[in-house]
Amino acid sequence: MATIVDIHPTQVLDPIKGLKKMPLEEFFTSGHRTCQGCESALVMKLMAKAAGPRTVVLGSTGCMYVANTTYYSTSWVVPWMHTQLGSSGSAAMGAASGLKALMRKGKIKDEPINVIAFCGDGGGADMGLSAISAALTHPDYNLLILMYDNESYANTDIQLSGSTPYGAHTTFSPPGKMKRIMHHRWKKNMAGMLAAGHPTCKYIATVCMSYPLQAMNSVRKALAIGGPTFIHSLDPCPKGWDYDPMQSHEMGELAVTTGVWPLYEVEEGVIRLYGKTKEIAEGRYKRFPVRDYLLRQGRFAHFTDDDIDYFQSKVDEMWQKWLIPGVIPFLKEVETNHPPT
Amino acid sequence: MAQAVAGIEQQTDKTALITGSEAIAVACKLADVDVITAYPIRPYDTVMQYVAKLVANGELDCEYIVAESEHSQFEIVKHASAVGARVFCGSSGVGWMYAFEALTVTPGLRIPMVAMVGNRALDDPGAFGVEHNDALAVRDLGWQLVWVDNPQEALDTALMAYRIAEDRRVFLPCAISCDGAFLTHSQALVKIPSQEKVDAFLPRYNRGDLLLHPDNPITVAPQVNEDWLMEIRRQTAGAMERAYTVIQEAYAEFEQIFGRRYGNPFFEEYETADADIVLVGMGTLSTPVKVGIREMRKEGKKVGFVRVRWFRPFAAEELAKTLGRFSAVGIIDRDFSLGSPYLSGVLATEVRAAMYPTAKRPPMLDFICGLGGREVTVPDVRKMSDIVYQAAEGKPQPLTQWIGLRE
Repeated sequence: MATIVDIHPTQVLDPIKGLKKMPLEEFFTSGHRTCQGCESALVMKLMAKAAGPRTVVLGSTGCMYVANTTYYSTSWVVPWMHTQLGSSGSAAMGAASGLKALMRKGKIKDEPINVIAFCGDGGGADMGLSAISAALTHPDYNLLILMYDNESYANTDIQLSGSTPYGAHTTFSPPGKMKRIMHHRWKKNMAGMLAAGHPTCKYIATVCMSYPLQAMNSVRKALAIGGPTFIHSLDPCPKGWDYDPMQSHEMGELAVTTGVWPLYEVEEGVIRLYGKTKEIAEGRYKRFPVRDYLLRQGRFAHFTDDDIDYFQSKVDEMWQKWLIPGVIPFLKEVETNHPPT
Repeated sequence: MAQAVAGIEQQTDKTALITGSEAIAVACKLADVDVITAYPIRPYDTVMQYVAKLVANGELDCEYIVAESEHSQFEIVKHASAVGARVFCGSSGVGWMYAFEALTVTPGLRIPMVAMVGNRALDDPGAFGVEHNDALAVRDLGWQLVWVDNPQEALDTALMAYRIAEDRRVFLPCAISCDGAFLTHSQALVKIPSQEKVDAFLPRYNRGDLLLHPDNPITVAPQVNEDWLMEIRRQTAGAMERAYTVIQEAYAEFEQIFGRRYGNPFFEEYETADADIVLVGMGTLSTPVKVGIREMRKEGKKVGFVRVRWFRPFAAEELAKTLGRFSAVGIIDRDFSLGSPYLSGVLATEVRAAMYPTAKRPPMLDFICGLGGREVTVPDVRKMSDIVYQAAEGKPQPLTQWIGLRE
């Protein structure tokens, strides 16, 4: 039988064994104008470091475009191109398919080149969902789509996105005299949805840069495994979440230790929880109350005890009732209430 | 070039009975396009059906991607072109409008994409038939726009479009408009040139210092704001100005290699040498107009026709000089521009603007005609000619009239 899927070799990117073994070269350097304490800028820096020099990066509109690529002071050492807000999936497909065609036809040197497209939560979980989903169904293109999720359209003045947590104060959901909670939608489960919906996609992961080594190795795995891959990074944002910039790292840790942000990877169909998330799932680590996380952030300052309890109950439900905690939101009870006939 | 060409003109072309859409698919094969993206919408999608067959049969080696929307369709090829791939894309009607954001950014990025527009009426209400408003919507943005009226011209123009768009002096996208149904789905005998001729005519796409590749680590489309936007916009404008010359060069060399002559690249003149009045239009309405002119000429009415091919760049001075020779001009718009000056169509508004600086400005009437795929008939052509004659004789006429409208 002829080969149906024509797979091009990827780079060999071994896991980084420890912080001291981290490569020294930087491919995202000075020149950017992100806010103090911006975790998304750290995502860019470590993503580029993990990928190395033979990489093309496509960046959709958002903080990491507007603040990072001021004309004449670009912070990108690797080739970088802007793409439209909802186009991270298409941009990755375009660059990957172009390189592949040119290499196959002998028009350029045949070598593995990483293609990474990034998007924010607005560009990814809202506008770009359709194109990302399409890209993940094409097994023949090696590409990584990385969504840096700071939980709002932070570049345009902090407006709520489909990835903004319940109740958060944004400029489009300000608490008022009549309505304390303007944003009553629950955050989209982006990585879980993509993993469940794209069975041929070989790698989907959630990361947080408070755990940089795991996150960088996740990027490496995504680039080396072949085919389209997706990484969802939760990025604390001092401006949007309203906390002191020096606390960004701690805020990411709290998101994980309270169980709000589960860390996992789905590799070739096999799910693996990692880090503190794994310890929580195995009962070796007790989740902190979400109160510890929420009340550190100004965007939840209007929360009453009832609001915090509701938030806690939704997180508890995720851990106690979901078919796979933090990943697949089908309730286990469904199975017992309606046994298969 | 001349040496490489020697002997090629003796090669015989194959002849095939094909539609306008298939002619463009054949051009994609001859141009050795690297990445093609498809998404269904009538009537342009026929080109992608032919492309798919060429790929399936191993006649065209390209990455052929069925996208999940027109927006993605155009974004994918935009980025493929940035890494150095020759690309092809297309759409129709509201599909083209769905891609509008991607269409907007493509010229500024200096991406020499070639696209086919199977012209179609914009919804709502729904209509499959031809109107030119879809392609015309991008007329201010840096797209080169050309209208063709038969499958041979579609094939030839597609080859020239790559040559012109990928010329380093231009690096702007080019959309080839083919009237829905009348050209996309209508067959004619087409001479298909040999690969050798095409190779002699069309050099490899070389993105040069703008290439997005690890060997050339540049940052493309940074945030420039008011500091630089105007200078960069002016560069894009300069590219469109230069396209005017590059188009002429391409047509001249095309004639030399392929032996087919198109005369003035920007517009075709039909029976204009001794004409009293002329009609002006774009696309396949040329057929009823030419038939009508032949009938009227038998009756002694000296009517001519000017078919505009290149709408962007617009050959204003040449066209104004030509139209100034006649005693009245009737412009047929297969489009509309609601609320525009004198409530005319887009073409008439542009032609009038082109004529303004010239000394000799005959009366210029506009006819909105053939919308939504309604046929422009020979009686329509006779009626429009009669009205233009009246204007030529000094009898004032409305500046815009809708022709073929049900009472």
